[in-house]
Amino acid sequence: MSFQYTILILLIPLACFLINGLVGMKFKPLLSGILGTAGLGIIWLLSLFTAYTYFFQVGQVNGEFQKIVVINAEWLRFTDKLHIDMGILLDPISVMMLVVITTVSFMVHLYSIGYMHGERGFQRFYAFLALFTFSMLGLVVATNIFQMYVFWELVGVSSFLLIGFYYDRPSAVAASKKAFIVTRFADLGFLIGILVLSYFTGTFDFIALTGSDQSIFASGAAASFMGLSALTWAALLIFMGGAGKSAMFPLHIWLPDAMEGPTPVSALIHAATMVVAGVFLVARMFPVFFFQAPAALELVAYVGGFTSLFAAIIACTQFDIKRVLAFSTLSQIGYMMLALGVSGYGGHEGLGYMAALFHLFTHAMFKALLFLGAGSVIHAVHSNVMQEMGGLRKYLPVTHLTFLIACLTIAGVPFLSGFFSKDEILVAAWQSNKFLFAVEFLVAGITAFYMFRLYFNIFWGKEKTYAHPPHESPLTMTIPLVLLALGSIFAGYLPFSELISSDYKPFETTLHLSVAIPSVLIGLAGIGLAMLFYRRESTLPDRIAASLGSFYKVVLNKFYIDELYLFVTRKIIFNYISRPIAWFDRHIVDGTMNGIGWVTETSSQKIKGLQSGRISQYGFVFAIAAVGLALVFIYFIN
Amino acid sequence: MIEGIPMQHLLIVSLFMFFAGVCGFIIRKNMITILMSVELILNAVNINLLVFNKYLFPEQLQGHFFALFVMGIAAAEAAVAIALIINIYRRLNSINVEEVTEMKY
Amino acid sequence: MALNQFMFYLLAAVIMVCSVLTITSRRILRAAFYLLCVLIATAGIYFMLDYQFIAGVQLILYAGGIVVLIIFSVLLTSHISQKFAKPGLARVIPGVLAAVAGFVLSAMTVLSFPFQPSGQPAIGNDMRTIGLQLLSVEKNGYALPFEVISVLLLASMVGAIVVAKKEKSKEKP
Repeated sequence: MSFQYTILILLIPLACFLINGLVGMKFKPLLSGILGTAGLGIIWLLSLFTAYTYFFQVGQVNGEFQKIVVINAEWLRFTDKLHIDMGILLDPISVMMLVVITTVSFMVHLYSIGYMHGERGFQRFYAFLALFTFSMLGLVVATNIFQMYVFWELVGVSSFLLIGFYYDRPSAVAASKKAFIVTRFADLGFLIGILVLSYFTGTFDFIALTGSDQSIFASGAAASFMGLSALTWAALLIFMGGAGKSAMFPLHIWLPDAMEGPTPVSALIHAATMVVAGVFLVARMFPVFFFQAPAALELVAYVGGFTSLFAAIIACTQFDIKRVLAFSTLSQIGYMMLALGVSGYGGHEGLGYMAALFHLFTHAMFKALLFLGAGSVIHAVHSNVMQEMGGLRKYLPVTHLTFLIACLTIAGVPFLSGFFSKDEILVAAWQSNKFLFAVEFLVAGITAFYMFRLYFNIFWGKEKTYAHPPHESPLTMTIPLVLLALGSIFAGYLPFSELISSDYKPFETTLHLSVAIPSVLIGLAGIGLAMLFYRRESTLPDRIAASLGSFYKVVLNKFYIDELYLFVTRKIIFNYISRPIAWFDRHIVDGTMNGIGWVTETSSQKIKGLQSGRISQYGFVFAIAAVGLALVFIYFIN
Repeated sequence: MIEGIPMQHLLIVSLFMFFAGVCGFIIRKNMITILMSVELILNAVNINLLVFNKYLFPEQLQGHFFALFVMGIAAAEAAVAIALIINIYRRLNSINVEEVTEMKY
Repeated sequence: MALNQFMFYLLAAVIMVCSVLTITSRRILRAAFYLLCVLIATAGIYFMLDYQFIAGVQLILYAGGIVVLIIFSVLLTSHISQKFAKPGLARVIPGVLAAVAGFVLSAMTVLSFPFQPSGQPAIGNDMRTIGLQLLSVEKNGYALPFEVISVLLLASMVGAIVVAKKEKSKEKP
C-alpha cells in the first residue's frame, strides 16, 4: 500500500490558504467558508483512511509498527552528512496527530461558518485557519527536526495572526504580540538545542535520532558543559521550545491572553493542536530524552506536574469562561508532560508515553468541545464573563448537553474517554513517582471542581437579564458540538496501547482499579463541592474567598507571574539593556546616518547657488575654466 | 597672405573679436544681443581658420572649407535661435534671460 | 606704409571698435548695425587674404542673411527707442575679467608661438577648385561634410518653423 497520496493532506490546506488568502476577498464570505470546510473535509477523510490503513492493515510488521518515509526531498545541503530535508514520515504518533488535527480543524471550520458569520475579514479568517492547519500537519509529519522547526515557526506565525484577528482591538494586538514574543523566545532555545544536537550527532533525521543505533550520541555524551553533558543541554533546550509552545510554567503567560482571538481559534490552536506540539515534540524525541538525557526527562515531569497544579488552582478563581478553559488546558498539558516525564521505555515501562498521547487524543476532543461550547454560549449572550450568565440550560439545550458531556469527561467520570486516559497517567505516575502521583491526584479533584463551577455558573444558578433572549446556535455550530461530544464519549474505547507505544510494539493495559476508584471518587467530590457552591445562588463561595484572604487575591491575580515578567522586562531589561542599546542606536548609529544626511544637505545648501540657471554665470565659469585649463596645459604641464 | 602684415596681427584681431564676444555673452541680458555675441565668436573663429590656412598651409583648402561649414552652422543656429526667441517672447512677453525661469528647478 | 597695410589696419580698427560697440551699445538696433560693420570689415579682411569666394559668402550670408534676421527679430520683440539699463557691476566685472584674462593668455601664446609655415606652393582658390573639392569624395574632397551641413540646414529650417509657428490647439480646444 503506497501512502503517496498523503502529500495531498498537506497540499490541500495550502491551496485553500492560497486561494482564500490571495483572491478570497473577491468571493462571497460563505463561498470562502465552504471552500475551506470542503478542503478540510477531504483531508479529514484522507487522514482517517490513512490511519485505518496504517494501523490496521500495513503499519504493523512482525508485531512492530514501521516508520514509513513516504517522501523525503533534500532541501538544503550543508555537508554530505548534514542536510535538511522536507518529507513525510508516517509512524503511529504522526498518524494519530493527523487524525486529531484534521478532526478538530474540520469541526472548527464547520463551526466557524456559523460563529464568524457576518464578521469582517471572514475570508481572511479562513485563509489563516488553512495556513495553520497546513503548518500543523507539516509539523507532525516532519521527517527531521529541522523541518519540524520550520513548521513550528509557521504554526507560531499563524497563531499570532489568528490571536490578533481582531486587530482593531488593542488587547488582541497586545495578546498576539505577547504570544509571539514568548513562544519566539522559547523557540530560540529550541533552535540552539537543535544545533547542539545536530553538531554532536551529525544528523537531523528522526529515524536516525530515535533509532537503535546509539553510537551517534557518543561524542555528545562525552562533551560536558557546566556539569551536564552536551546532550542533556540539547534536550533541555529542545524542551524549552516545547514548553514555550505548550505554555508550560514559567512560559505559560501567553496562553490566557491568547483567548482574545476568536473562540474557534482558541478551540483549534490553543486547546487541541498547537499547544500540544510541545508534548508531541518530547514524544517524538523520547528515545533521545530517555537514553541520553534522563535528567532532562525528570525536569519535564516536574515542570508538567507543577504546571498542572498551578494552573488548576488559578482556574478556580477566574471569571472569564475562556480563561478558565485556558488554564484548564494548561493543567491538562501539564498532565501529558508529566506522563511523558515519568515514562520508561518499552512495554509496560512505557505506559506513561502511551498515556500522554492517549490523553492528548482525548483532550483534543473534549477541550475542543468545551471551547466550541463556550463559543456557542458567548455567541448567545455576547459576553465572556460568567457572572453575566446563568440558567442558560433552557435556552441552549444542545450546547448544554454537549458541554455537560465534556465537563464529565474532563472530570474523569467513568466510561467517558477522559476517565481512561487520565487513569493511565495516574497509573504511570504511581509506578514511578509517588509525590507526583499525589499532585496529580489532587489536580484531578480540582479539575472536576473548577469545570463544574464553570458549568453550574453558566447553565444553572440565577437567571440573569439578557439584552435579548439567548437562542440556540445554528446547525453549523451544533453539528460539530454533537460530533465532538460523540468523540469525547467513545475515544476512550480505542485500544490505544495496541497502537501507540514508546518502542512501537503493542502491549496490553488493564484498568487499575486501585488507582481508578480513588481518582473517580475525588472527581465526584469536586463535582459535589461545585454543585454545593454554585448550583443555587449562594454566598458560600464569597465567604470562603474572603476567609482565604490574601491567598485568594494572589491566585486571582494568577500568582502575579505576569507582573513579575513585566517587572523583569520593564525595570531590568528595558532599563539596563534596552536603554543603552537604544541610546547607542539613536545616537551612534542614527547619528552617523543623520550626520551624513546633514553634511549632504548643508553642503548642497551651500553650493546650490552654483546651479543658478543664470546663463551669464555659466558663461563666465565656462570661459574662466577654459582659460584656466589652457593656462595649465600650455604653461605648466609642459 | 597680405604683404607686410605678420600673421600674429591678424590673429590678435580675431582674438579681440572673440573675447569681445565672450564678454558680451556674459554681460548682456537681452537674448538677441547674446545671439550677436555668439555670432562674433563664430566669426572670430572663421578668421582664424582662414588665416591659418593662408599662412601655414597654403597648399590645401581645409581652413577655407571649414570656415564655409562654420558659416552654414552659424546660419542654422541663428535661424533656430531666433525662432526660439520669438516663441519665448510670444509666451512670456520678454526676451530677458533673467526672466525666462518658468521651466527652472 | 603700403596701401594694403593701411587697409588692413583700418579694417582691424573697424573690427575692434565695432565689436566693442556691439556688446556695449544700449540700443539694440545700433548694436545690430555695429555687428553689421564688424561682419563687413571681416569680409574685407577675407578679400585681402585673397579668399574671394568666402568673402562673398560672408557678405551674403552674414551681412545679408543673419543680420537681417536679427534686425527683424529686434523689430518684432523690442521698441526701437528702448534703451537698456546699464549692466550691473556684478555682470560687468566677471565678463570683463574673463575676456581680459582669456585675451591676455591667448595673445601671449600667439605672440610667443613659433609658427612654422609648410612652405609648399599655394593652391589656387578659384571657383573651379572650390567646386571640385566641395563635391569630391577623393583626397581633399569635402562631399561628406557638405551633405551633413545640408541635412543640418534642412533640419534647422524645419525646427525653426515648428518652434516659431503659432500653436493652434490653444485657440481651438
